[in-house]
Formats: sequence, structure tokens, C-alpha cells
Amino acid sequence: MSTRPAEAVVIAPVADTAPVLAVRDLSVRFRMRGGRHVAAVTGASFDLPAGECLALVGESGCGKSVLASALLGLLPGNAQTAGRALLGDTDLLAADEKTLARTVRGRRIGLVPQSPAAHLTPVRTVGDQLAETLRELTGVRKADLNKAVLAAAERASFPVGHLDRYPHELSGGLAQRAATALALVGDAPLLLADEPTTGLDRDLVHRTVDELRRHVDKGHALLMITHDLAAAERIADRIAVMYAGRIVELADAKSFFGTPGPRHPYARGLLAALPERDFTPIPGMPPELGDLPQGCAFAARCAHAAEACDAQPEFADGIACHYPPDEGASARAPQPLPAPQPFPEEHTGA
Amino acid sequence: MLELAAVTAGYERGRPVVRDAHLTVHPGESVGLLGPSGCGKSTLARVAALLHRPDAGTVTLDGTRVQGWRHRAPRAQRTAIGVVFQQPRLSADPRLRLRDLIGEPLRATGRRDEVPSRVAELSATVGLGDDLLGRRPHEVSDGQLQRACLARALVLRPRWLVCDEMTAMLDASTTAALVAVVEEYRSAHGAGLLTVGHDRVLLERWCDRTVRWDEVAPGAAPVQG
Repeated sequence: MSTRPAEAVVIAPVADTAPVLAVRDLSVRFRMRGGRHVAAVTGASFDLPAGECLALVGESGCGKSVLASALLGLLPGNAQTAGRALLGDTDLLAADEKTLARTVRGRRIGLVPQSPAAHLTPVRTVGDQLAETLRELTGVRKADLNKAVLAAAERASFPVGHLDRYPHELSGGLAQRAATALALVGDAPLLLADEPTTGLDRDLVHRTVDELRRHVDKGHALLMITHDLAAAERIADRIAVMYAGRIVELADAKSFFGTPGPRHPYARGLLAALPERDFTPIPGMPPELGDLPQGCAFAARCAHAAEACDAQPEFADGIACHYPPDEGASARAPQPLPAPQPFPEEHTGA
Repeated sequence: MLELAAVTAGYERGRPVVRDAHLTVHPGESVGLLGPSGCGKSTLARVAALLHRPDAGTVTLDGTRVQGWRHRAPRAQRTAIGVVFQQPRLSADPRLRLRDLIGEPLRATGRRDEVPSRVAELSATVGLGDDLLGRRPHEVSDGQLQRACLARALVLRPRWLVCDEMTAMLDASTTAALVAVVEEYRSAHGAGLLTVGHDRVLLERWCDRTVRWDEVAPGAAPVQG
């Protein structure tokens, strides 16, 4: 037996400062009938270090949940991916299903799901589900299992008196905590929360995001996907705004929600639409992901759109816009766009 | 006037969800009803929209006491109220194209000849283009479908609107757009509005008056958290 060749991509040993997750030029498209393609995510790049929360915000259908599915290797069969998503030294997009199932999901990425009621097994109690997850992920000894279940419940503030309840016997907030407890069992360095606050009322939203924030402060990296700007403001260190499959702005949360505020016209419009601000909608609707314009996808709704917007703006300095507000009225010098990562010829998801 | 007096309602015998609730909406007035999840505010909204028969209490609509709910309500009362629900997916027939979805109330009340003009008018108001009108619910986003559901609620020109968490699933911009459509309709037709939700900031910005659930139904048992 010969020694295996080294991996094609050699990554330096992970230092303390290395991001938990490094996404580079990630694209996902779906092959549809008749050879059409739907470009759900295009050229997304960001880093996520430990102890930080990045909130990915955007309206429904902008591609943000597809990005989460791509990171977990849970895309449907007609999806094609390009680019890289490095979790430590593993490229999540290139990893096979066996690697993802046995070493990544639950162990290195914990998923806090959108709808805990649909995520939990309805016919088994919360304690039972925690015990099973603990057995699978940590190999805890049978004698210590009960203690481990109590500890796991405690970590997510799930009341231990409710461990023998079934999911339908829990309120929305408790079901959310049960799902969070399950996500934390594997002690994964990266937590992925996909719309964790949908359908919860304000108090529960606050409690849920505060609890997630507690886990970030303990050293987890959290990627939170949400359309709830108030929740994002409460929890995030940085904000990534997604529009029509592209990240159009990546900013520090404090400056995004405070002064000087968002820079991309879409992000400014989104924030101005909040009832506590101007409460005025952005005119028009987002374009179809299967029928995107050649140039800037927001140009049709943008008050500042001009000729330059017929070309795709490059993402530079935290914003993808030809007319960033703080650089005066003159358009950025047109620069040749780097060639996007090509999709592999006939690669389909597992 | 839309008046709910001493309303008690629920889904199981002897286990009311709403106890002794009082609420009045004057013509042309907008009232926001605030309450946490699971307090019974959606049930009360269904009673007000004549979609759920209360166990006790009275509902008075424009001076007439309501005697029947759902299909037992007389058409004149039923069509005086437009309703928008929280989840557009659950309140839209998946087989209907958006164009037919919006026009359905006209068809159901024998006003078929008004369909083309009203649908064209309302789809422009809520911002749905020709391409979207030809699609079925699974081919559009939540926000687009909710726009169609709002157009459907307005198609009979109701004197009252009941919105149950209309914007809970939507992003900030779509929320602001739909609220603007409701307000435009109300200022043109003088319709009254009862909107139910848990977002205090939104309802206070939107409505003339907001009431808390514990003011509407003071006898209610404390809600479990």
C-alpha cells in the first residue's frame, strides 16, 4: 500500500487567529428543466472567527438559506456548487457525504433549525432525543448518560423538569431551547442558526438571541441567517446583507445599525423600512433568481442607478456598488471583474 | 361600528381560549391588538371576522347583531369584512393562479363581470406584475403571495379589515409596502381596521390606537411562557 498523496490544497496549521469558517467565492446554482439555471448564491466570501456572530440578512428568497444548506452539504441533487468553504482544513463543498455525516454535522457544525417543532422527533421525549444525540456524538458511558442529559439541558437553559415531555407539549420558546440543546451537544466550534426566531414574539426573540449570544461569548462562532433586523442588531458583531444571491454589503454591526449606518442603497432601504425608522418600503420587488439582469441586480429599484450599473459591481471594501455613498457622486473606476469560479462540468450534489 | 362584547371562545368544550373579551372598532378607525404568542388574540380576530362562532358574548357589526358565523353569516355581513392571515401558504388555494386567487371572492358572490377590471386595478396597487399573476402559489415567494392575499381581501371593497399577524413572515420592506397598501385603501374608502400582532413598534406606528391583550380580556388566565 502506497502512502496517499497529500491533499491538493495544503492549509497551514490552524492558529488561534484563523477563522473557524472561511468562505471563498461560494456559488450555488440549480439546474432546472430545459437547461435553465437558477443562480441562488453567487460569489459569496466571508470569514467567521471564533467568538463572533455574523448575521446574514436579506429578504426571503434571496438565497441565504441555500448558503446554509451548502455549508451542511444538504443541497438537493440538482444543485451545483463552486468556490470553497473551509471549516478548519476541510472544504465543506468538496467533502463527501461520509465525511460530512460522520465528522462535520453535529460535531463541527451545530444546526439551530428554523422550526424546532418540525426538527424534533414528534414521537420521542426531549430527554430521549438528547440521550441519543449524546450517545452518538460523545460516546458517553451508559452509566453517565443521565447526568450528561441533565448537563446538556442545562447548557441551553432547558428546564430539566420538562425532559420527559414530547415536542408538542412544549411552548415555542421551550421547543427552541430543546433544539438549541441538541445543536450544542457535539460542542461544535461553528453554530449555524437558520431563521431561529421566525414566528416567535418579541420577548421570545430577545430570549432566544440572548441565549445564542451567550454561546458565542463562550467561544462558538455563529452564523445566523435571518430576515429579522431587530434580532440581528441585538446579537451580531458583523452584518452581511444579501440581495438576489450576492452579498452586497459586509459591515460592522455597530456602524451598520448606528452611525454612519448602512452604505449599500439596498441595505439603507431595508433599514429605512423598519417601523421604528421611516417605515417606507423600497419600490418594486427583488428580481427572480432564474432571470437576473446582467448588471447590478438592485439597479431597477435604486434611486442612484446610472449607466455604470449595467455592469456587475465588484465587491470591494465591504460593499458591492458602483456609487458607494461615501465616495462622492463619481462612479468607481471600472475594473475588470475577476473571472468567477467556474462550476465543475457535471458535478451534482450527493 | 365593529363591537365585540363579553366574547368567550375556544375550540374545546369547557376550555375557552378567550374569556370575556371586549373590543370596539369605530368606522374608519385602526386598532392594533397586542398580545404574546398563544394568548388567544388570533381566535378573537377570527370571531371578529365572522370565521369562528364564540361560545358566549355578542358581536355587533354596523348596528346589526351577528347571528351566524362562517357560511351561516348573511352575505351582506360576510362581504363587509376582508381578512388577511399570517401564513399566505395556508390561506391560498394551491391550484389557483394568483389572478384567480384575487378574483375568487367576486366569482363567489356572483360579480364575475367585475373580475378583469378589479384584478387589474388591485394587482397594480399591491405591485404584482402580469408575469406573477399567471403563477400558482408554489411559484412565488411568501411576500408575493401575501401581496395577492391582501388584494383578495380588498377585492370586494370591505368596510372592515381584519389582519391577523399579516406581516409576521415578511421582511421589513415588504411589511412597509403592505401596510402602505392597507392605509391607502382605508383613507380612500374609510374602512375600519383591526390588526393583531405581537410587534409593539409596528402596531404603534401603524394604528390610531393600540390595546393590550390584558386590557381586552382582563379575566384571561396568565399565559405560559
